[in-house]
Amino acid sequence: MSKQKKRWYDYLWIASLTYLVLGFFNILFAWLGLICFLVPLTISIANGTKGYCNRYCGRGQLFGILGGRFGLSRKKDIPRWMKSKWFRYGFLIFFFVMFFQMLWNTYLVFAGVQDLKQVVTLLWTFKLPWNWAYHGTLFHPGVAQFAFGFYSVMLTSTVLGLITMVLYKPRSWCVYCPMGTMTQLICKVKDKKDG
Amino acid sequence: MAAIKKKRKAFVDQEYCVACGCCVKVCPLGAIQIRQGVAAQVNLEKCVGCGKCAKECPASVIVIQEVEA
Repeated sequence: MSKQKKRWYDYLWIASLTYLVLGFFNILFAWLGLICFLVPLTISIANGTKGYCNRYCGRGQLFGILGGRFGLSRKKDIPRWMKSKWFRYGFLIFFFVMFFQMLWNTYLVFAGVQDLKQVVTLLWTFKLPWNWAYHGTLFHPGVAQFAFGFYSVMLTSTVLGLITMVLYKPRSWCVYCPMGTMTQLICKVKDKKDG
Repeated sequence: MAAIKKKRKAFVDQEYCVACGCCVKVCPLGAIQIRQGVAAQVNLEKCVGCGKCAKECPASVIVIQEVEA
């Protein structure tokens, strides 16, 4: 029983990769990324497990393949501070603040106060023009604004994950992934409650 | 004098474990499980101390230690 048989969920890295590529062609695909937010939360709340991280996370698999099989990782230990509670929870809070700022911008476009900005913001700083991926839609421009914002979140976290993949172990992102921290927190609370 | 038998086993720092499950995937003996999404738990009966999990762990919180059998 050396290598276990591959299951369908072992190929979810293809979905993660496809997601990133689709965002280059039509930004509205970014909405699909909500799956990566809602599924882990649902599993942790309903089952009290990190089943998403443990099994289904395509992004983790992607880092695992690139850093492992493709050898794009130094495979060094992550610095101590990066696995400390204050950094993990701090990063989660920072991520939350940025996320709500993105939702606020979406709201402003919906409310007609702001115009749609066809921009993907990388690492919360660099504004990349992304107008080739939007061709106008039947929907309100606010729908597209959310897509640009959400894709920014996904691309930023992928880039951060790739950087730490190269510097440390392939799946270093898992140590400070905000979704992972949040689902673990939910599991811890549930575990305490259930005794 | 009988020699003291020692065996190598994996130990997880529960405090720092992020419960990602990378160790579970690489364990050739299926000796690790994630307990309620909180932390990894090694079944010391099954563990042979090969160290694959320690190498894989993104947080490097698994160590291989010798224990008396």
